[in-house]
Amino acid sequence: MAAHLSYGRVNLNVLREAVRRELREFLDKCAGSKAIVWDEYLTGPFGLIAQYSLLKEHEVEKMFTLKGSRLPAADVKNIIFFVRPRLELMDIIAENVLSEDRRGPARDFHLLFVPRRSLLCEQRLKDLGVLGSFIHREEYSLDLIPFDGDLLSMESEGAFKECYLESDQTSLYHAAKGLMTLQALYGTIPQIFGKGECARQVANMMIRMKREFTGSQNSIFPIFDNLLLLDRNVDLLTPLATQLTYEGLIDEIYGIQNSYVKLPPEKFAPKKQGDGGKDLPTEAKKLQLNSAEELYAEIRDKNFNAVGSVLSKKAKVISAAFEERHNAKTVGEIKQFVSQLPHMQAARGSLANHTSIAELIKDVTTSEDFFDKLTVEQEFMSGIDTDKVNSYIEDCIARKHPLIKVLRLICLQSVCNSGLKQKVLDYYKREILQTYGYEHILTLHNLEKAGLLKPQTGGRNNYPTIRKTLRLWMDDVNEQNPTDISYVYSGHAPLSVRLAQLLSRPGWRSIEEVLRMLPGPHFEERQPLPTGLQKKRQPGENRVTLIFFLGGVTFAEIAALRFLSQLEDGGTEYVIATTKLMNGASWLESLMEKPF
Amino acid sequence: MQLPTVLMAVAAASARDPGGRKRKCGPGTGVRRCPLSAAQQPPAPAMDCYTANWNPLGDSAFYRKYELYSMDWSLKEELRDCLVAAAPYGGPIALLRNPWRKEKAASVRPVLEIYSASGMPLASLLWKSGPVVSLGWSAEEELLCVQEDGVVLVYGLHGDFRRHFSMGNEVLQNRVLDARIFHTEFGSGVAILTGAHRFTLSANVGDLKLRRMPEVPGLQTAPSCWTTLCQDRVAHILLAVGPDLYLLDHAACSAVTPPGLAPGVSSFLQMAVSFTYRHLALFTDTGYIWMGTASLKEKLCEFNCNIRAPPKQMVWCSRPRSKEKAVVVAWERRLMVVGDAPESIQFVLDEDSYLVPELDGVRIFSRSTHEFLHEVPVASEEIFKIASMAPGALLLEAQKEYEKESQKADEYLREIQELGQLTQAVQQCIEAAGHEHQPDMQKSLLRAASFGKCFLDRFPPDSFVRMCQDLRVLNAVRDYHIGIPLTYSQYKQLTIQVLLDRLVLRRLYPLAIQICEYLRLPEVQGVSRILAHWACYKVQQKDVSDEDVARAINQKLGDTPGVSYSDIAARAYGCGRTELAIKLLEYEPRSGEQVPLLLKMKRSKLALSKAIESGDTDLVFTVLLHLKNELNRGDFFMTLRNQPMALSLYRQFCKHQELETLKDLYNQDDNHQELGSFHIRASYAAQERIEGRVTALQTAVDAFYKAKNEFAAKATEDQMRLLRLQRRLEDELGGQFLDLSLHDTVTTLILGGHNKRAEQLARDFRIPDKRLWWLKLTALADLEDWEELEKFSKSKKSPIGYLPFVEICMKQHNKYEAKKYASRVGPEQKVKALLLVGDVAQAADVAIERRNEAELSLVLSHCTGATDGATADKIQRARAQAQKK
Repeated sequence: MAAHLSYGRVNLNVLREAVRRELREFLDKCAGSKAIVWDEYLTGPFGLIAQYSLLKEHEVEKMFTLKGSRLPAADVKNIIFFVRPRLELMDIIAENVLSEDRRGPARDFHLLFVPRRSLLCEQRLKDLGVLGSFIHREEYSLDLIPFDGDLLSMESEGAFKECYLESDQTSLYHAAKGLMTLQALYGTIPQIFGKGECARQVANMMIRMKREFTGSQNSIFPIFDNLLLLDRNVDLLTPLATQLTYEGLIDEIYGIQNSYVKLPPEKFAPKKQGDGGKDLPTEAKKLQLNSAEELYAEIRDKNFNAVGSVLSKKAKVISAAFEERHNAKTVGEIKQFVSQLPHMQAARGSLANHTSIAELIKDVTTSEDFFDKLTVEQEFMSGIDTDKVNSYIEDCIARKHPLIKVLRLICLQSVCNSGLKQKVLDYYKREILQTYGYEHILTLHNLEKAGLLKPQTGGRNNYPTIRKTLRLWMDDVNEQNPTDISYVYSGHAPLSVRLAQLLSRPGWRSIEEVLRMLPGPHFEERQPLPTGLQKKRQPGENRVTLIFFLGGVTFAEIAALRFLSQLEDGGTEYVIATTKLMNGASWLESLMEKPF
Repeated sequence: MQLPTVLMAVAAASARDPGGRKRKCGPGTGVRRCPLSAAQQPPAPAMDCYTANWNPLGDSAFYRKYELYSMDWSLKEELRDCLVAAAPYGGPIALLRNPWRKEKAASVRPVLEIYSASGMPLASLLWKSGPVVSLGWSAEEELLCVQEDGVVLVYGLHGDFRRHFSMGNEVLQNRVLDARIFHTEFGSGVAILTGAHRFTLSANVGDLKLRRMPEVPGLQTAPSCWTTLCQDRVAHILLAVGPDLYLLDHAACSAVTPPGLAPGVSSFLQMAVSFTYRHLALFTDTGYIWMGTASLKEKLCEFNCNIRAPPKQMVWCSRPRSKEKAVVVAWERRLMVVGDAPESIQFVLDEDSYLVPELDGVRIFSRSTHEFLHEVPVASEEIFKIASMAPGALLLEAQKEYEKESQKADEYLREIQELGQLTQAVQQCIEAAGHEHQPDMQKSLLRAASFGKCFLDRFPPDSFVRMCQDLRVLNAVRDYHIGIPLTYSQYKQLTIQVLLDRLVLRRLYPLAIQICEYLRLPEVQGVSRILAHWACYKVQQKDVSDEDVARAINQKLGDTPGVSYSDIAARAYGCGRTELAIKLLEYEPRSGEQVPLLLKMKRSKLALSKAIESGDTDLVFTVLLHLKNELNRGDFFMTLRNQPMALSLYRQFCKHQELETLKDLYNQDDNHQELGSFHIRASYAAQERIEGRVTALQTAVDAFYKAKNEFAAKATEDQMRLLRLQRRLEDELGGQFLDLSLHDTVTTLILGGHNKRAEQLARDFRIPDKRLWWLKLTALADLEDWEELEKFSKSKKSPIGYLPFVEICMKQHNKYEAKKYASRVGPEQKVKALLLVGDVAQAADVAIERRNEAELSLVLSHCTGATDGATADKIQRARAQAQKK
């Protein structure tokens, strides 16, 4: 069911199984039939851990979404609330419980906090007079959810805002806890590197937590060699640019949620004769995207310009395979052909799907506006005209293009110029307020607080230095057979990934000066291992680095890291963890404030 | 071979046994039984009288009595003058001297003394409370003293007062006539017989729930005897009144009759229920003893002892899983073991004695000795029974011969092997060793087992090793100084964990730790737990300074895994040593544990910094809410001010829960920028009339000015202006204007045909020309007001060029209008414009003229084969020409 999690260097299925076990244990504590009331936000992430079948095996008969007033009627013995520890949710739960109490036959109520039990919430429940109604009140430490063989996410939407705008370390604490869980399963990580304020805090918490657990000496052979903690605000630029990998573009255009994407159904209309009579489907086509699908695993991280040729090659291979049937003469040959059929049919289905998706994307990428936008982005990233008002952005505002798009471009320009001249900044801001409404003054303020939008201070622009030293702009990009990570943005190499690359070889000492230009401290910590657990590396054996993006990561960055993992002489394989899988749009969305 | 070391371990343990305590031979066992048949050699002389203290009861069972300790507790009184309570499992003995003296004079106040089973004094205190009716030990080895008024005082092993509880008003009024402490699987219970001849009981004193038992109809006098039974996990009471027996459960009182009871009984003098509540014995005034199941459904046997005097005590004496059932009856000077046999075993008691029923026998102590009486276990019987040919017996013999370097060893061994019983022999020797009290005998048997093992191929060693370990532990705790005379069976029933707890209770920390280390128990269950208990004891030593205690504890405990410093600190706090508690908490690595205690001790500010250190925001919130209630607002805010992380968290909390407080927080910090944003938000939340919103915005403007954010202030002023204007527009023109952006307001005006007003608005707010052109263009095209659009396009030179005009017309599918503007498009974009309106040929001309390769390709890509063939050729030619040049 989740075999794709075990393909990588680190078997993340172990983690999945561990959290599934914990879930089953909790469900079994509440004997008898059950109904689960869901904090809606949790359903997506839970889907990656446990399908309905698992819940059903443990007598979960009904599922509801948490909302005010009464619970829907259900003839079950137990009602379990699965919620994040938030005060506003506690109020709703109390309302549910109180109205249920008046209703009749006694039910057993239980409360499962995800990922952490909260005294604050329990106090609120106590104040509302319902704390005693819960028989089991527990926490389910679902911090890091395995998304793929090399990918973990906390799916905590507000993490960036909390960390960088509100100085709320809650999600950092969860991240540290999640890392402790990982270490409990995969051994203590001997070396921790980090860059940024949040990274420093997470490392501190980890070291502290390790001291708290001295009782249970971890005797698992360490699988990870290094942990690299990176603050998102070290590299604000990358997510702002449009991702140009296949997966990145799907996310940019349609949005991938918990590894699912919803696509317009027209292109997926069944072509079979039998179904011809039916109308075109109107419901969005929902597809799961992960490396369990062989073809997707192959093309997801390619630059979109290289996807077409792979698809056509695949098409030829598959039709050739189907042609084989004419050559099958003997019974044995036919039998062998038939045995391969299901696999071939799956491959054909997969190919059809991705051909359709590629067509959908191509419609967008060949549009003039997409081209113009990309041109501006690339100009900014390569350092052209970053210091004056850009006429394309001006036009976008005048034509009332989506605000997110406009903000993304302005922020990109600001970051590429180490801040905008006051005059330019004020002009943009005024244009936005007049065009989109004065309420956006709050959003603009948030962007300024996050450092995405700012006036240039000291009149110096040090971005070109950073760009040159870290080779963040590459003019000669080979999109088909890439030689450098910059292929994921057709020119721009993500700074975050470059830092990881330089850390593994030759080390950060060589770029001390640039590191100092980037926000936050950089550091290194060692976690001593008992002698028995120290690793003796075989010659040619790659290191495994866990890289944790605090504040979110894009699919393009993931693609770049996978590219590095696959390099023959790379020497390092990466497992990626993050607070949230995101793109520029969803990121800025999380920072927007709509007062009405 | 692990043998020698383990045996040495046993030897080492036994070396600690106090010297000079020789075993007495039991009375009445003068008969020397002739050992071994003629075919066998007599065993070594040391073994000679081994069975001397074995007394047969019937054909199949032997009972033996041996000394555990000689007591030197130098009692002044006779036991009969004291209230006595001894805890099972070799537990402590409590004596209350002079309990019945009613005088209030201090000199004759009762004295409560507590001794170990070996007679070592543990505590002695003057009894200053009310008259005591009964004493008893709980399963946790706490002494329960039942007073006449129904109050039960609970003391620790060392005479430390723990707590007290009352058995209820009814008991208080009618006084306590008699009381029993009993043990069930739930814990220890108390049963009370009141002066009104009613019973009240609580099955578990740890979780006190009083149950008043039903009345016995027509009961006028106190029952002659009674006991508690435990059936189906419920406690009952069985009582005897004259010739009748009654069973009280919580619902009813029922008369019961034991099956097969001999006739002529007019009164029951004693009753005894077995350790496991399975069996019951009744002693009648005819000197007759009935033994049967506690359910009174079955009789096991009966016995007539012909003594009519009421016995002092009667207790069961049986081994778990043994078929033999026997009771021990004690009178003043006589002890009798009776069972299913025509004869009984009789002992003479030299002194006043007291019986303590155990799981597998009876302990008997008096002023000078402490003995154990039990049925000889099967393994021992097999090996030591006279003339036994059991494999174990032969193996023991073989080993002895082997030591003497006699070849007979081989003969014995061969005999066992021929019968294929060597494994069994080894097992027997191991098992029998467990039941031996004397280390010498344990060693002999273990040596025999080890010897036999050498001749076995695959004998799993664990049973042997485990027995060696268990015996070493047992010998250590049986030591006179420790005084816990556990038998092997009792030890197994009790478990090592409980034994360790009991050592800890006796403050025997070093021994407990040695045992843990010797048995290699995991630290968390073993050493750490004991050290933690030690530390909890240590903090109660009031004569030592806080520093010294804290240092001593930390030195010993260090970072020992599994030690909870917060538990120790909590204990220190419980003893009123707050400062010590705080010092100890410093060693606690888990903030989650530190914080609640600090809050309890009212060290909230310290709690706050600990919570912040942990990074656990929930913990920080908890402390904050606590602080908020504890401090006045000013102090609370000051505290926050010094803790930026707490402050920002609290701000988040207020944002969702207490908006007004948020404002105060910003005010305190002079954070005008945030105050401005706050008021902006408020202006939307208000949802009231426009005036309210404008007022809120004005406050925001002021705040922005204070924050030196001129841009925001100006923008907000603009917003106020716009709001008022929109209001006026709504009044004058109708329609919806409020909360439209400026851009949309202007568009709406144009769409509504109010061009003048739109112009005015654009001027007032200085909308840049370029954007205004886009705006107008879009609006007019939406209206499809082509005439107005054309007029507009000619009003002056377009700042955005004319390509947008072409595009927008094409978007509305108006090629005609589009073409008008295509001609006006500047040369840079002309090709694009021409292509848009579908004029491929002209586009080609322009591109050729401009010699622009990119444009040429663009045109070429628009050429469709059928119609534009000529154009395509033209382009190709132009390209070729360009290349030539």
